[in-house]
Amino acid sequence: MNFWRTVACAVLLLVVGVSLAANWLAPAGYAKQYREATDAAPSRQHWLGTDEIGRDRFARVLYGTRISLLLAPAAALLSTLLAAMIGGLAGYLGGIWTRAAMAVTDLFLSLPWLFLLITVRAFMPLNVPPMISVLVTFGMLGLLGWTSAARVLCTTAGSLRGSEFVQQARASGIHGARLFWVHVLPNLKPVLYAQFWISIPVFILSEANLGILGLGVAEPMPSWGSLLKELEGLVSVGEEPWKFVPLILLVVVVTSFQFVLSKQEEVAA
Amino acid sequence: MSNRRALPLAHKMRRRAALPSGLRHAAPLLVCVLLTLRLASAQAGGELRFCLHSEPKTFDPLKVEDDASVSIRYLTGGVLVRMNRKTQMMEPELAQSWKVSKDGRQITFKLRGGVSFSDGTPFSAEDVAYTVRQLMDPALHSPTGDAFRSGVGNVEIKTSSPTEISITFPTPVAGLDRLFDQVAILSAHSSKKEMAVLGPFVVADYKAGSTVLLKRNPNYWKTDAHGQRLPYLDSIQLDIQPNRDVEILRFKRGEIQLINTLDSEYFDKLAASSPQVVHDAGPSLDSEQMWFNQVAKAPLPAYKKTWFRSTAFRRAVSQAINRADLSRVVFRGHAQPAAGPVSPANKFWFNANLTPTAYSPETALKSLQAEGFRLENATLKDVNGNDVIFSVITNSGSKARERMATMIQEDLQKIGIRVNVVTLDFPSLIERMTQTFDYEAILLGLTNVGLDPNEEMNVWLSSSENHQWNPQEKTPETPWEAEIDQLMQVQASSADPKKRKEAFDRVQQIVVEQEPFIYLVNKNALSAVANSLHGASPVILAPQTYWNVEWVSVK
Repeated sequence: MNFWRTVACAVLLLVVGVSLAANWLAPAGYAKQYREATDAAPSRQHWLGTDEIGRDRFARVLYGTRISLLLAPAAALLSTLLAAMIGGLAGYLGGIWTRAAMAVTDLFLSLPWLFLLITVRAFMPLNVPPMISVLVTFGMLGLLGWTSAARVLCTTAGSLRGSEFVQQARASGIHGARLFWVHVLPNLKPVLYAQFWISIPVFILSEANLGILGLGVAEPMPSWGSLLKELEGLVSVGEEPWKFVPLILLVVVVTSFQFVLSKQEEVAA
Repeated sequence: MSNRRALPLAHKMRRRAALPSGLRHAAPLLVCVLLTLRLASAQAGGELRFCLHSEPKTFDPLKVEDDASVSIRYLTGGVLVRMNRKTQMMEPELAQSWKVSKDGRQITFKLRGGVSFSDGTPFSAEDVAYTVRQLMDPALHSPTGDAFRSGVGNVEIKTSSPTEISITFPTPVAGLDRLFDQVAILSAHSSKKEMAVLGPFVVADYKAGSTVLLKRNPNYWKTDAHGQRLPYLDSIQLDIQPNRDVEILRFKRGEIQLINTLDSEYFDKLAASSPQVVHDAGPSLDSEQMWFNQVAKAPLPAYKKTWFRSTAFRRAVSQAINRADLSRVVFRGHAQPAAGPVSPANKFWFNANLTPTAYSPETALKSLQAEGFRLENATLKDVNGNDVIFSVITNSGSKARERMATMIQEDLQKIGIRVNVVTLDFPSLIERMTQTFDYEAILLGLTNVGLDPNEEMNVWLSSSENHQWNPQEKTPETPWEAEIDQLMQVQASSADPKKRKEAFDRVQQIVVEQEPFIYLVNKNALSAVANSLHGASPVILAPQTYWNVEWVSVK
C-alpha cells in the first residue's frame, strides 16, 4: 500500500502543480471566446478542443482544477474547525452539552443539504464578482459540512474525557480550557486530520453537484462542477471522448485522496 | 434488355383487345379505383407514439392550462373553427361557416349536420351553447374562457335552429373567431361528460406517470377525398417522459416517431446521423429577451435605477450585443436575430419595417459617452464615477440561456460594462421578478402560443402584472408607455383588422425604440419525424409535428 500512497501523493502534487502553473501552461485565458471555433475537436491550438461558446477546454480544465483543488481544502479546514469546536468541546464537556450538540448535529444532518444550499444561494446578493461567488460557494459548503465530523469528534472527545491520563491530569489540578488545550486536543489531532482529508473529496464532489445544477461557481469562472456540466448531453459524449477529461481528472484526484486518506485513518486508529 | 421489356407490353395489349368494349372504357377507371383503395388501405391503421414532457393535469378541455393537457385537447377535442397551422388562416371544422359582427361583439356559426360525439350522442347547437355557458362560468375559472372576457356583463347565446347559433359578448372581443380554435365542444347530454369528444381521437386509457392511450374516434365526421373516414391512425400512445435525453434515445431506437420540439444541439446530432428525420421549419414564435428592472420601489441603488430607466443606456446595451453570434454559436444557426416583440413567424402581425438592432460597440460607446458615461482603464463609469456593473439572472438548467448570458458578458466587457451572470432556480427567479423586485437584469425566453396581440394585453398594458420591466403601474410612468396603453386599447376594441394592425405596428416600433425588452433571438422550430410516418409536415406553430394528425399514417 505504501507504493500506491506514494503514487497517489505524486499524482496529487502533479495535478496541483500543473494547475498552479495554469497562467503559463494554458494557451489562453479561461474566459476567452473563440467564436469562430466553437465545440471544436482537439487540435494543436486547442489540446482538448473548445466548449460550446469557443473557450479553450484545456485552459478551463487547468483553471478549474486550481479553483476546485485550492478551495475544497479551505472549505474542509473550515468545516473541521467547526466540528472540533462543536463536537470536540461538547464531547469533552459531556452531559447536557453533549446532548445539546448532538441534537443540533442531528438537526443539521436531517436537513436536505442540496435544497438548503439552493435556498441559501437564492438569498445571497446577486451582484457579486465570479471570484466572490467561488469563495461563497465553498464557504457555504464549509459552514454546512461539519456535522458528520462533529459526531466523530464528540464521541472521541467523550472517550478521552474518561481516560486515565485525563483523570490523572485533573487530579494534578489541571481543569477547564487548559486541560482541553494541553491534554485533549493533541489527542484529537489524528481524528481531526482524518476528518479534514475525508472532507476534501466530499466538497469537491459537492461543488461538482452544485455546478451541474448551475448553482456553483459563476460564469465565466471554471470549476470541475461547471466543466462536468458538459457531460449532460448523453447522446453526444460517446462521440467526443475528450469531454470526459474533467471527469477522469475528478476520479483520479478523489481516488488519490482515498489512498492518502487510508494512511491518515491508520494514524487516527 | 429492350426485348424483355417489350414482351409484357405486347401481352397486355393483347389482353386489352380481348375485353368487351364497355369494359374497355371502364378499365382505366377500375384501375384508378383499385389503386386508390390500395393507397387508402396502406394509409389506414397503425399506432403513433411520442412523448409528453409532463403529466396531463386535466382531461377537461375547458380547464386546460398545461402543455400536456393542451396536446390531449388538440388530439381529442372537436372545435368549431381551426387555424391552419401552415397557412395561419382560419378554416371551418364543426362550423361550416361563421360571421363576426362589425362591432366585434357577436359571432354566428352555421353548424355541420349529422355529426355525433364519440359515444354516439348527436351534436347540435345546444352543445355549443352548453360549452360556451360552461366556458364563461366564473366559478369554473377556465383559462380558455379568460381570453373571451373583454368586459363586464353577460354573454347572450341564441340558438335559432339545431345548426345555427349566435353568441354575443358584452364588449368587442378582438380576434373573436381565432379564440374558438381553443374551444373543444362538450356534449350537453352525454353521460360521459368531457370524455365524449368530437375530435379525431378519444382517451382510451391513462396510466398515471406512464402513458395516455388515445384510440380513433369511430364517429369522427371527417373523411378524405376518397370517402375514407379519418383519422388514418388506429391509436396514439403518449408516453410521459420529462427527460429530453431519454426522449432522444428512444427516438433513435425507433420507440417513438415524433419529437415536437428539439434544441439545436440535439438537432445537429440527429442531423449528422439521419438528416432526413430532422426538420427546421424556420423562426418560431418563441423569443429570448433581456430586460432591466425599472421598478421605482426596487431595492436597488438610485444610480442604477437611473441607468436602467435611461433609454440611451438600454439602447447602448442592445447595440453592444452581437445577436448574430448568439444565433450562430448558441443556437448553431437555428435562430435568427430578433427584430422586435413579434417574430416574423407571425405572418400577419409582424411589423416588416423593423430590423434587428445592428451590432456596433463603437456606436454604443459613443451614445453612452454622450450621456455622460466615460471609459477609464477599460471600465465604464457613470457621471458620478460609479463603475457600470450589473447582474443578469437566468434560470439554472437552461444551457442556452447560460451561454447567451456568458456571451453577453463578453460583448459588454468590450464597452467597459462588467456583467455578473447569476443562475437561480426558477421559483427564486420568479419571486425576485414578481414579488421582491430584487434584481437588476433578467434573461429569459417567452413562448408565444397565440398570434393575436390581444393575447399579449397582460404584457403591454402598464397596469398589468406581467408588464415585467415595471409591473402594475397606477398610471403610465413614461409617455411611451402611455402611448402603448392607448394603442393596445385601440387594437383590442376594434374589429377592423387594418386598424388593429396599424396600432400594433406602432406598439412594436415603440418597443424597439425604447427597448424595455431587449429582444435577442427568435429560435427556429426544430422537430424530428421518423421516416416511418407518412403525411407529417412540421410547421412553426404548436403542435408543430402533429397539427394535421388526422392525415398522418404509419408506413
